[in-house]
Amino acid sequence: MKNKKNLVLGVALALGAMFIGGAIAYKFMEGKSLNIIADNSPERLVREYSPRTGPTDPKVVLVEFLDPECESCRAFSPFVKDILNKYKDEVQLVVRYATYHRNSAFAVKILEASREQGKFWEVLDLLFKYQPNWGNHRNPKPELIWYYLPEAGVDVEKVRAKFNDPEYDKRVEQDMKDAEFLQIRGTPSFFINGKPLNEFGKQQLLQAIQNEL
Amino acid sequence: MNSERSWYLLFGCWLLALVSTLGSLFFSEVMGFIPCVLCWYQRIAMYPLVLILLASLFPLDKKVFRYAMPFAGIGLFISIYHNLLHYGVVPESASPCVQGVPCSTVYINWFGFITIPVLSFISFSLIVFLLMMFKKEIHEE
Repeated sequence: MKNKKNLVLGVALALGAMFIGGAIAYKFMEGKSLNIIADNSPERLVREYSPRTGPTDPKVVLVEFLDPECESCRAFSPFVKDILNKYKDEVQLVVRYATYHRNSAFAVKILEASREQGKFWEVLDLLFKYQPNWGNHRNPKPELIWYYLPEAGVDVEKVRAKFNDPEYDKRVEQDMKDAEFLQIRGTPSFFINGKPLNEFGKQQLLQAIQNEL
Repeated sequence: MNSERSWYLLFGCWLLALVSTLGSLFFSEVMGFIPCVLCWYQRIAMYPLVLILLASLFPLDKKVFRYAMPFAGIGLFISIYHNLLHYGVVPESASPCVQGVPCSTVYINWFGFITIPVLSFISFSLIVFLLMMFKKEIHEE
């Protein structure tokens, strides 16, 4: 009986130690390999077509993978704006799409079409503002976006005309491929000068940017 | 005397349940894979087995089949369904995944055929098999 108890205890301890050791090793390797990926394939981080704002010769390039239908991206958006305001001569924001929700691609296509009228950032704010209405996951009503769109000052008819441009589908697809390549599993995901923000959080993001300044 | 053999059969079940539990937690908490709905149902069947089987080892509880088998059986049933879904035998629309991660998402694929639902199926089948053997041992005593 005593031997059996030792056996069970020993197995439990060994497996527990393997779990913890494996977790530490995995996190370590993951951080390293992501840095290497980002260093070796800069095109995965920023595509030529990717929307960006801020200085053209920035000290810090902040890449954000976002989803207009994602609640966390919405909640995080004012904070990103604060950073851009605070470091308006240093930080450039590049937006990539991670269309994980059902109507994300729909919203992104409207966003891209509005961009042709120079209203990208206005429409992104609008999408976040009304997200609870059009992007409710239990009862999504993406067509509501058309109704809100005039508020951002875009010509809705022109957006409708451009909406089905196959180029937008290509961009959505390419961004998803890059997101997968960069092992992104949630939104928003940030890269600061090519380095992934490993621990998610406002303070962590700010700190990572300040480290690069 | 069969009780020695019975004990090791139960010990094997417990070991399988423990490895499966830690493994699934590693996938979700360390590697960041989000479990789909069917994975959660299988977890609900697997996690209690670790504690139920552990309690049945000291002292050896011959009635444990009655308590452990429903969990293992239900888990096996769900994992069969999950695999059918995974390999496209059952269409995705018939699945309970309305939001979040679709149950047909493939996270790992070792050697071309070992996916997470396959691992779950192997584990539940082995537990069911060992529990059956345990029951047979007990009856023969």
